[in-house]
Amino acid sequence: MTDLTKLTLAEAKAGLAAKTFTATELTRAHLDAIEKGNGSLNAYVLGTPEVALAQAAASDKRIAAKKAGALEGLPLGIKDLFCTKGVRTTACSKILDDFKPTYESTVTQNLFDAGAIMLGKLNNDEFAMGSSNETSAFGPVVSPWRRKGKDGKLSDAKLVPGGSSGGSSAAVAADLCLAATATDTGGSILQPAALTGTVGIKPTYGRCSRWGIVAFASSLDQAGPIAKTVEDAAMMLGVMASHDPKDTTSVDAPVPDYVAEMRKGVKGLRVGVPKEYRVDGMSPEIAKLWDEGVAWLKAAGATIHEISLPHTKYALPAYYIVAPAECSSNLARYDGVRYGLRVPGKDLIDTYENTRAAGFGKEVKRRVLIGTYVLSAGYYDAYYLKAQKVRTLIKRDFDEAWAKVDVVLTPTTPSPAFAFGEKSGDPLAMYLEDIFTVTVNMAGLPGMSVPAGLSSEGTPLGLQLIGKPFDEGTLFRAGKAIEDAAGRFTPGQRWWLG
Amino acid sequence: MHVDEQTVRRIARLARLKITDAEAKGLEAEISGILDWVEQLKQVDTDNVEPMTRVVAQDMKKREDVVTDGAKADDIVANAPMTEDHFFVVPKVVE
Repeated sequence: MTDLTKLTLAEAKAGLAAKTFTATELTRAHLDAIEKGNGSLNAYVLGTPEVALAQAAASDKRIAAKKAGALEGLPLGIKDLFCTKGVRTTACSKILDDFKPTYESTVTQNLFDAGAIMLGKLNNDEFAMGSSNETSAFGPVVSPWRRKGKDGKLSDAKLVPGGSSGGSSAAVAADLCLAATATDTGGSILQPAALTGTVGIKPTYGRCSRWGIVAFASSLDQAGPIAKTVEDAAMMLGVMASHDPKDTTSVDAPVPDYVAEMRKGVKGLRVGVPKEYRVDGMSPEIAKLWDEGVAWLKAAGATIHEISLPHTKYALPAYYIVAPAECSSNLARYDGVRYGLRVPGKDLIDTYENTRAAGFGKEVKRRVLIGTYVLSAGYYDAYYLKAQKVRTLIKRDFDEAWAKVDVVLTPTTPSPAFAFGEKSGDPLAMYLEDIFTVTVNMAGLPGMSVPAGLSSEGTPLGLQLIGKPFDEGTLFRAGKAIEDAAGRFTPGQRWWLG
Repeated sequence: MHVDEQTVRRIARLARLKITDAEAKGLEAEISGILDWVEQLKQVDTDNVEPMTRVVAQDMKKREDVVTDGAKADDIVANAPMTEDHFFVVPKVVE
C-alpha cells in the first residue's frame, strides 16, 4: 500500500470513499509516523491515540452505513489552544498545568461532528505569543525543512517552523497529520504556513467561533486551518466556520462551499499590489517571488492594479499596544484559584504573585506588563484608544482599495525561515516577523498564505492574499491559481522518521 | 518613553507578578524600547476618528434573559488546585 501519510486531505477523503483503505488504517499510519517522527520535531505536546482509534472505528461504521460526514475518518492535529473535553489543554503554558476542560471548543466540536479524527494536541508559542514557537513551555518545535548548503547537502542547523502555530505548520509539512487547526492573532497562521510550505487561512474576524479557544487578544483572535493544499484548507474552513450563539462576535452568515468557490478561477479578478509593502530590508528573493506571483495571476486572467495602503507602517506598533493590553486583561484569570497551577504564598496576593511568576514564561510576562502599563490610570487614551483609532484608519485604507480591487497580493513574511535563537534575543526583531500579516488582524480581514517558491537556501517562501470581509471564497480562487502555477513544496528527505 | 525600575515594579504589582531584581532591570530596558517604538503612532492624525470596534457593522446580539445552562458545580471545580464542597479554597483573606 502507498504511504497514507503522503496523501492530501482531499485524496484521503476520496480513498476512504472508494474503500481503498479504512479510517482505522489511515489513522494508524499517522499514529506510526508520529511515534517515529515526533521525537525529532516536538510538534505534538500530547498524543491521543486511544481517542483517535475510537473515533476511527466509529468513522468506519458510519462510512459502511453511508452516513459519512464532510471530514469523515480524516486524522487531524489540534492546536493546544483549543479546549478538548477531557483531554489536557495547556496553551503550552505551565500555568494551565494539567487542565482538562469539561467542555469542547465549538471549532473542534464542528470538526468532530463532521467525522474528523484527533491525533493529538499540537505545540504552539505560550498562549500563542511568539513567531518561532520558541516560547512554548514544552520546548520549541523543529521545522521539517532544512537549509541546503552550496554543496547541495542539507544542514543540520535546526530551523523554526514559525509561530505561534508552529506545531500545526510542522506537523502538516512533515505529514504527521492530514491538516491541523490553528489560531491567528497577529500572523500566527500565515507566518508559520509560509515558513513550512503549507497553506494557511485566517478567516474574517467573526467567521469561526472563539468559544473554547484559550483567549489571547479577544478583538484579534481567530481560528483557521493549516493544510497541505488550497483545496484542503477550503475543506477544513467550511467545517470550522459557523455561527455560534456562545460567541457574540461570531457572525450569523451562511458558510459558502469554499471548494466550489475555489474552482471558479481568477479570470477578470482585480488584484491589488500595495506599494507600501516594498519595505526597506525586504530580501531580494522575496521581492522576486512577489513579482512572480503577480505574473502568475496575470497569466491566469486576473488584472493587476497598484494600490496604496498608507497606514500600513503603523499596523505593527498599534498591534503591540492592542494585543498586550487585551492579553493582560484576558490572562488576569490565571490566579491559581480556579484551575491550573498554584504556588502557595504567605497570603492570597502572595499566592497570586508566586503562581503567575512561576507559571508564565518570559514573553508572556513582558506582554502582560506592557499591557498593564498601557491600560494603567492616565494612559488609556494615549495608548489603547489611540491604537484603536489607528485600526480604523488601517481598515479605511482597505475599504478604499476595495473600490478598485477584489483581492490584495503581498509577501507573507519579510524573510525566509530562520534558525533557533537567531531572533529570540531581541523582542523587536521577532515582532517584525509579523510586519506583513498583522494588518489583516488589525483590520479584521481574511488572509491566506500560499507556498510560492523556495529561497536560495532551499527553504519555503509564501505569498499572502488579503480579501474583503467574509470573502474567503476569493482568497481560495486566487490561492488556487498561485498553487497551480507554483506547484507544491515538500521537505523532500524525511529525516525526522529516522 | 523611559520606564524606570520603580515603574516596572509598580506595574508588576498591578499585574500580580512577582519579579526578581534581575528581571526588573532587564524589563526596564525592554519595555522602554518597545514603548519608544510605538511612539511613532503620534505621527498619525486621529482627530475625529472613531476607535474601531468591529469589522462589519453589527448590532450587539441579545438573547432572552433566561437560564440556559448551569447545575455544573462538579465541572466548575474539577480543575481547581484546592476545593471543599464545591468551594474554591484560598488562603485566609479576612482576619
